Amino acid sequence: MTLEVIITTLLALLFLGYFVGRKRSIALSKKTSQKLHSLPQYYGYLIAFWSSVPALLILLFWAALESSFITSAIVTQLPAQFQQLSADELGLFVNEIVNLSNSGLVVDDEIKRQAVIQYNKLIEFSNSIKSAVVLVLAFVGMFVALTFIKPEMKARNLVEKLIRGAMIACASIAVLTTIGIIFSVIFESIIFFKTVNVFDFLFGTHWSPQEAIREDQVGGSGSFGALPLFVGTLLISFIALVIAVPLGLMSAIYLSEYSSPKFRSFAKPVLEMLAGIPTVVYGFFAALTVAPFIRDLGESWGLSLSSESALAAGLVMGVMIIPFVSSLSDDVISAVPQSMRDGSYAMGATKSETIKQVIIPAALPGIVSGVLLAASRAIGETMIVVMAAGLSANLSFNPLEAVTTVTVQMVTLLTGDQEFDSAKTLAAFALGLGLFLTTLVLNIISLYIVRKYREQYE
Amino acid sequence: MTGNTEKIKLKLAKRYAKEKRFRLYGISAIAVSIAFLLSLLINISVTGFPAFQQTYVNIDVDIDSKLLNLNSQYSEQDLFRANYSKVIKQSLKTMFPGVKGRKQKRALRQLVSKSAIYQLRDFVINNPSVLDTKQSLWFLARDDVDVFMKGGIDRSLPESDRRLKDFQLVWVDKLLAQDRLEKRFNIGFFTEGDSREPEQAGIKGAIVGSLLTMLVTMFMSFPIGVAAAIYLEEFAPKDNKWVDLIEININNLAAVPSIVFGLLGLAVFIGLFGVPRSVPLIGGLVLTLMTLPTIIITSRAALKAVPPSIREAALGLGASRVQTTFHHVVPAAMPGILTGTIIGMAQALGETAPLLMIGMVAFIANVPQGITDPSTVLPVQIYLWSDSPERAFTERTSAAIMVLLGFLIVMNFLAVIMRKKFEKKW
Repeated sequence: MTLEVIITTLLALLFLGYFVGRKRSIALSKKTSQKLHSLPQYYGYLIAFWSSVPALLILLFWAALESSFITSAIVTQLPAQFQQLSADELGLFVNEIVNLSNSGLVVDDEIKRQAVIQYNKLIEFSNSIKSAVVLVLAFVGMFVALTFIKPEMKARNLVEKLIRGAMIACASIAVLTTIGIIFSVIFESIIFFKTVNVFDFLFGTHWSPQEAIREDQVGGSGSFGALPLFVGTLLISFIALVIAVPLGLMSAIYLSEYSSPKFRSFAKPVLEMLAGIPTVVYGFFAALTVAPFIRDLGESWGLSLSSESALAAGLVMGVMIIPFVSSLSDDVISAVPQSMRDGSYAMGATKSETIKQVIIPAALPGIVSGVLLAASRAIGETMIVVMAAGLSANLSFNPLEAVTTVTVQMVTLLTGDQEFDSAKTLAAFALGLGLFLTTLVLNIISLYIVRKYREQYE
Repeated sequence: MTGNTEKIKLKLAKRYAKEKRFRLYGISAIAVSIAFLLSLLINISVTGFPAFQQTYVNIDVDIDSKLLNLNSQYSEQDLFRANYSKVIKQSLKTMFPGVKGRKQKRALRQLVSKSAIYQLRDFVINNPSVLDTKQSLWFLARDDVDVFMKGGIDRSLPESDRRLKDFQLVWVDKLLAQDRLEKRFNIGFFTEGDSREPEQAGIKGAIVGSLLTMLVTMFMSFPIGVAAAIYLEEFAPKDNKWVDLIEININNLAAVPSIVFGLLGLAVFIGLFGVPRSVPLIGGLVLTLMTLPTIIITSRAALKAVPPSIREAALGLGASRVQTTFHHVVPAAMPGILTGTIIGMAQALGETAPLLMIGMVAFIANVPQGITDPSTVLPVQIYLWSDSPERAFTERTSAAIMVLLGFLIVMNFLAVIMRKKFEKKW
């Protein structure tokens, strides 16, 4: 039975369970002339649950573990010389077997032919066992649950408990995601830091992750000094903030203090559009238009620039994060009570003096947290820098030079051929750990500030 | 006393000027942002617009069965395998006699796209009666000719800087004079998969891939996100450590860089559970985790906006809390929840970085058929094309961006309409 057939059967059982449960509860209440505790459909829901959900969970569990079991079963059947192969070669071999089996082609090689036959057998075996287990479980669940139905059974309370449990599980996925992120980056990073010293990674100035395959290969030293990447990331983020903070803050001030409601209702959505444009579009624009423009401008002033400069990427990124600064600042500025403005006007201050000396200081915590959020966005931004910043790791603070960033290197390390145990791949996870921790700290500080000062004027 | 008043009066002009300047800074900040947005949109449209047209070239093809290597009793298979490229080469030679040298001969072949061979093959298979006749057929023009027709190649440049050399320009001029070059609407752009040849490359594969990925994302993130939001807003006990932890996590996940979700997908879904790479299923799973915080946060806001009187009325009539929530609160909050979901989906549709981590960047020419077929998505297609050096790809990249932005605009517009139309003022 294929997966689709099993799932369709389970769905059919779900509906069947509902109607059978409903019917049975009504019949029972008539037979025993006892009033049902809950409405009949709640008995139906209960039967429907037991006749499909446990079976579905087993099915999912099976599907998640099936492939790795079958792979290891094939590998142990292989002749001895194959057992000696490295994990990558073995992985390739298994892949080939799977592909051959799917294509149904005739194989000449005897070992491969055996393996394909073996694989097909295993798949068939696994499929039949799986279908049997799942279907038996579904039917048993339905019948056992049916025998439990009694008119005095509190079906509604049970169903509501199930619903509540499902909702808690859904809400907990957020925690699971965080745990998943932390574990996936930490495990790989620990393996990485076994081969590369932590201090060499954090403070080393030479980044060249290509490992030499031959002894005489030039440029492939496999050194992992990530300092140039950190500096590059900070440089580009700094440029972005230099653009975004004044523009975003002044926009927010104008929109909340000066503008007419009509202009505001037009300009605010337009500004927010900047955050809705996909980053890949910004990246393309930066690489195609902004970078050549900056290069030509530099040349007309007698500067020689590379076509990839930190300035172009930072500038475009700065525009992208304007809405992050402006919408949060707008909110906190609007939240400053009118009485404070009135007090300042009564003292004879002009509007701009009021803004600069009363409103901004009062709204400062909110503004700072907006800026921190924007900074975390800039540090983690990927596509703009991948497309418009460089690949070579220069340790440089010069915005006119090409620099590379943490995210760019993560993409280049992971989008080639990858094997899980090479230092190259693991380095990407170490960089990911650094990125995650940095943005986590920024986010937590920013959330803390917002929480602490939110109620100040309420 | 008067001295002070004088001083203040003198300063007043300065203060007013400052006020004016401050106001000017504000409006110019907005103007700069809007100007940037406009220049981006205009720039993309201007670059991308020509890609919606494609140059076709008309050739008199002499479908000679001898050249095709067909004897009198040919089978379907023979027709399929026949040497159509020779026929096209010969036809071009007859149209432009006197072409000498290998380089020029090769250049002559490159007036038409490589796909001409397959087009001719299908034409002959469908109408075997055309064998040994002369047919006037329209083929896709090669990308360089296409770029020239759209004004992308400047004649006045020195020959070495041009993609089309002088002798090629002579041919193109001759074709133009005979009305054998024509620009038509580029249907292939919407009906073809990716290709290495710019003139054949289309976005159908990427659009279908995006749709499948979005389907997976929606079916996962909508129920999970709404259930989580309902729990946190309606049922969660206050002052519970676990609930606090969930809330902190959701707020934090909303600000985690998207590329980190890609690492999670790579290590957990691919590494641990063995989900195949490059398929919409894994892309959808990763994007689900990424959009969940958005959906949860907006759904909670929508639930919060439902006034307590609704709940109290239902509870007062004897409904249980679950009944109150699902029969009264959730339906009332649905427009807001759907708006939030659409916005979350729009975010996911434009996302690129995490998908690069899970292998959705492979070159895939076929249109995916299901959620376990290797595929790419629209933003990744844009990224891939933007890396290609051919001039014709730049134009197609911009056109693909226009399509992507079109989808996003429609989605956001839908969200705005829903909010306006169904939003209740309590």
